Amino acid sequence: MNTTFLEYVVFFAASVMMLGGAIGVVTMKNPVHSALGLVLTLFGVAVQFVAQEAHFLAAVQVIVYAGAIVVLFLFVIMLLGVDRAVDLSIEPIKIQRPLAAVMAVGLVALITAAVIEAGDAIGTLNPGTGIDTATVEDPDSNIQQLAQNLYNDHVLAFELTSVLLIVAVVGTVLMTRKWPKRSADEGSEVGA
Amino acid sequence: MRRGIGAAEFGRDFTSPGIFGARMSDFLRDYLNVVWFAVAALAIGGLLLGLAAAIRPSFPSAEKNIAYESGVDPVGMGWSQSQIRYYVFALLFVIFDVEAVFLFPWAANIERYGTFGLVVMLIFIVLLLDGLVYAWKRGLLRWV
Amino acid sequence: MLAIDPLGTGGWLWTSLLIMIGKVLVIFVVSLVATMLMIWGERKIVSGMHNRVGPNKAGPWGIMQSLADGIKAFFKETFRPSKSDPFLYKLAPYLMFIPAFLIWAVIPLGGDFTDGKDGTVTIFGQVTRVQLADPQVGILFVLAMSSIAVYGVMLAGWASGSKYPLLGAVRGSAQMISYEAALGLSLAAVLLSSGSLSTARIVQTQDSFVDWNLVATGIVPFAIFLVATTAELNRPPFDLVEAEQELVSGFNTEYGGIAFALFFLAEFMNVITMSGVIVTLFLGGPQPIAGIDIPFIPGAIEGTIWFVLKLLVFLYVYIWLRATLPRLRYDQLMDFGWKVLIPVALGWFLLLAALRQFSPDGTFADSLRVTAICVVVGIASIALFYAALQVSRRNRERAAAPQQEGSPV
Repeated sequence: MNTTFLEYVVFFAASVMMLGGAIGVVTMKNPVHSALGLVLTLFGVAVQFVAQEAHFLAAVQVIVYAGAIVVLFLFVIMLLGVDRAVDLSIEPIKIQRPLAAVMAVGLVALITAAVIEAGDAIGTLNPGTGIDTATVEDPDSNIQQLAQNLYNDHVLAFELTSVLLIVAVVGTVLMTRKWPKRSADEGSEVGA
Repeated sequence: MRRGIGAAEFGRDFTSPGIFGARMSDFLRDYLNVVWFAVAALAIGGLLLGLAAAIRPSFPSAEKNIAYESGVDPVGMGWSQSQIRYYVFALLFVIFDVEAVFLFPWAANIERYGTFGLVVMLIFIVLLLDGLVYAWKRGLLRWV
Repeated sequence: MLAIDPLGTGGWLWTSLLIMIGKVLVIFVVSLVATMLMIWGERKIVSGMHNRVGPNKAGPWGIMQSLADGIKAFFKETFRPSKSDPFLYKLAPYLMFIPAFLIWAVIPLGGDFTDGKDGTVTIFGQVTRVQLADPQVGILFVLAMSSIAVYGVMLAGWASGSKYPLLGAVRGSAQMISYEAALGLSLAAVLLSSGSLSTARIVQTQDSFVDWNLVATGIVPFAIFLVATTAELNRPPFDLVEAEQELVSGFNTEYGGIAFALFFLAEFMNVITMSGVIVTLFLGGPQPIAGIDIPFIPGAIEGTIWFVLKLLVFLYVYIWLRATLPRLRYDQLMDFGWKVLIPVALGWFLLLAALRQFSPDGTFADSLRVTAICVVVGIASIALFYAALQVSRRNRERAAAPQQEGSPV
């Protein structure tokens, strides 16, 4: 498969989406705007997945991350009430800024190392050659390969996913245990 | 495989040289139409909104721009806290969304994984259903 | 068998470019006109059911009513509440409108699928589908778009900076995500019998009446899907997002003029596209009913005729539901979604999977045995869980008893 001009256009457009969204998440003052920046980033990732012919992952990226997890974030933001602007000069956790700096430096170092390590391959590989091109002709190859991975090769990890999810349910139940009583006191749906 | 029937018989001469390269890749053929469609939708939306903004009358005043609250002045801030029960449903939704996504590849390839696959999926689904039952029994699904 | 659209293979031809543009334009214009007719048709049919006349002034039978309303919307002065969020307030109509359009892209609108044909047509020597795009995961594309539409509702309400829209938005998005879960789970049953996520291939597998997913999956997933889409579309009886008596107009209260018209248009377009999705998934899309062959009409056009006929049935059903059923209460709505639809969808999925696994040739004894096992396992797990809950409650009560305070759940 030849790398065409359009593929480069798609790649750079998606990259701009991802980076722009990511910068937006960090810099936006309003948390709802930040959440939307996150949606933009996730969308860019989905486009990149499509460009790598991982159609199923792209769809899942939008359905689960953009459609469910960011919605959850938005509910949390609305739960907190956006009026209560937090003063950024007060640090709730003292060590978090130095820690974040260390993590950032470490992440950059890691990515640089990975790029240097894979430097030989970057020049020779074209987009879309990462997967088994012999099966691309079959329209359902994507789902079949994924199913093979999930339900055969890594079946234990798959089952553990359900354990992880059920832990999330239990956590929610524990955190919100008292809410039926409380809501009876307040009466209104949105406590002003 | 009957790919490229049209191209083989017809119109080789019209092959556009230059920027599109020798052959469009699959993902572009699949999604380029969708992108164009999205652009068309964006354009018509923008056109309608822009045109209306150009031709409609506009006499703004402070009173007109007050949020609607059944005719009286709004009380407090518009952005108020919502209740935690919405959060609970959003979290449960995440869980069942992930579950549905895990079901799809298996459902499409059920013959390949046989009884073993069925047992695997049974465990997966029953575990998650237990989560729902747990939340239900603890009263999380009760509204009011 | 090929599932992706064969258009454009082998070379980048001007003819294929023209066909692409043609498809985009035709589907775009037809969808807009269809939506306007749908709005008019709904008003006319509902008024018929109410013993009223309905729109009858603009054009013959009032058929131009939607157009007249649209033109009026252009000239309306609009106000944006001073407390609103300017960017998101302007963005929200697009977020409703564009996903509503995009679902059209993956619905097979015609083509000859009879006798195992793959539904492609040949125009100007190019082999293509009567469908804008056919990605491998077409049906997930629909789900993705409907999850984007949630943002439209949520942000429209939030950005208005007003109480009624916020209430409507929070309620509406909670409702939409609740029913989207049921939607996804009932979809899994369709995949079980079709074995593919591509919409064209799903249609292809339904080549006789008994293979229609309506029959092949039992009626249950179809019923769940229909109910879930009704809720997803915020149609009556699930229109709590804009319950007029409680919320004025819900999430779009603060919108006026053409921005409101876009919300309205998106809502009705969603009704048509979701009906199209139901027809594709459960009723064989452009497949003919009972193998009837309309004489003198080529197969591809015949497919479109069948598709439109099936579509009209569902559009009528939605209007009928609206005129017939009273609105649900919010707690009933949530109960119905979480305590009925989702468990039933999951249970039915397991049952179907077991049946399919153990009796691909249809030996009845096998399926019976499997069904019994499923039921027993399900009951046992629920019973175990219930017992565990009882024990933990007893323990907690014993621990909490001496203090005489606090709230034990």
